[in-house]
Amino acid sequence: MRYVYLATFFVVVLTVGILGFRGSISSRPPLEVFPDMDRQPKLRPQDASTFFADGRADRPLPVGVVARGSMRADAAVYQGRAAVGDWVRGIPSAVTVDARFLQRGRERYSISCAPCHGALGDGNGITKAYGMGATPTFHDDRLRTMAEGEVYNTITNGKGTMMGYADKVVPEDRWAIVAYVRALQRAQHGSVADVPTAHKAELGIQ
Amino acid sequence: MSKLFPKSANRLPLQIIIYVFVLGGIVTAATNYYATPKYTRVGYAPVQPVPFSHTLHAGELGLDCRYCHSNVEKSGHANIPSSQTCMNCHSIIKANSPLLEPVRTSYETGNPVPWVNVHVLPEYAYFNHSVHIARGVSCVECHGRIDQMDVVTHAKPLSMGFCLDCHREPEKFIRSPELVTKLDWKHPGGVEGQLEQGKKFVHDWNVKPPQSCSGCHR
Repeated sequence: MRYVYLATFFVVVLTVGILGFRGSISSRPPLEVFPDMDRQPKLRPQDASTFFADGRADRPLPVGVVARGSMRADAAVYQGRAAVGDWVRGIPSAVTVDARFLQRGRERYSISCAPCHGALGDGNGITKAYGMGATPTFHDDRLRTMAEGEVYNTITNGKGTMMGYADKVVPEDRWAIVAYVRALQRAQHGSVADVPTAHKAELGIQ
Repeated sequence: MSKLFPKSANRLPLQIIIYVFVLGGIVTAATNYYATPKYTRVGYAPVQPVPFSHTLHAGELGLDCRYCHSNVEKSGHANIPSSQTCMNCHSIIKANSPLLEPVRTSYETGNPVPWVNVHVLPEYAYFNHSVHIARGVSCVECHGRIDQMDVVTHAKPLSMGFCLDCHREPEKFIRSPELVTKLDWKHPGGVEGQLEQGKKFVHDWNVKPPQSCSGCHR
């Protein structure tokens, strides 16, 4: 009987030796015991597919097709263009600007813009240290007087070395970012007169 | 007539019964240890076509998860970014790096970079990223400290028991939705602080994570 236990012990050691312990790093795909249940004949987002010529499951919209509810006819809201072909000035009235909207703008700005443009909008984002060329500051006269529609268009389609963010930031959020950029510009050009009297003491100013 | 069986054979039936129990115990323990996602999935770190480092991009640079995985708040599926996303910076930074060749090729041809999916749920399980993000379940709860991974590794088992741990006691995990992508965030009040705030969120937001079968197997 002793030999049976010895043999069992040997098998256990062998098994642990081959299979290792939990959490060990491996580049082999996880074992699936019933793969026909785990992997079903259906397509998930961004799957590969042998059915279509381009090998993808995701299908691009055919040219000229607009999904229901996705019609973007309002040139001011969706392209930042005014009726006469110039850029719209101010945020289009179809978009409501309130504190919540600005907070949304701040959040979206921090995610998508701050890596290059910097948290203050001065063009000193983290990418500058890694070789991103001259990112302009928002606080010069050219950008302070730029029409809101043109800022919107820059987010949408990019400009110079900046690529468009149309695929990442939806139109509503682009306007929120435009509004927040205006807030950043305002903040950099504040004066003593802008500080409410009640808060002047905190800053040690008269 | 010689004895056919030695005297020790009298103990054999009992010894066999004991051995069967011991063997049963070993097999049960081994199955328990090896045949679960804690062993089969945790630690999976496939070799990617481009050695993209989350340590650098999400950790050192501090890029928000949503810079690249931009649809995660809107969609059930957390998207792998398009190669244009990479080119936003890499058209200028390290523009000629040979490691980035697959990205440049993809950007020029329009064919995707063949990234290898690390976290793949079984297809009989339904999971929606956006609803979890909206209710303050951080990325870190299921994906671990991605911002410290040079090579993305499957950190959590993502088994049914793992899902249910949180679905039964969401107050232990949920946080303010602004903090979902702050992977190093812990409630400053410790476990009690998290519980107290979590209970408030569960109540205020009316969080009722499904525990019924059809909640996830639909």
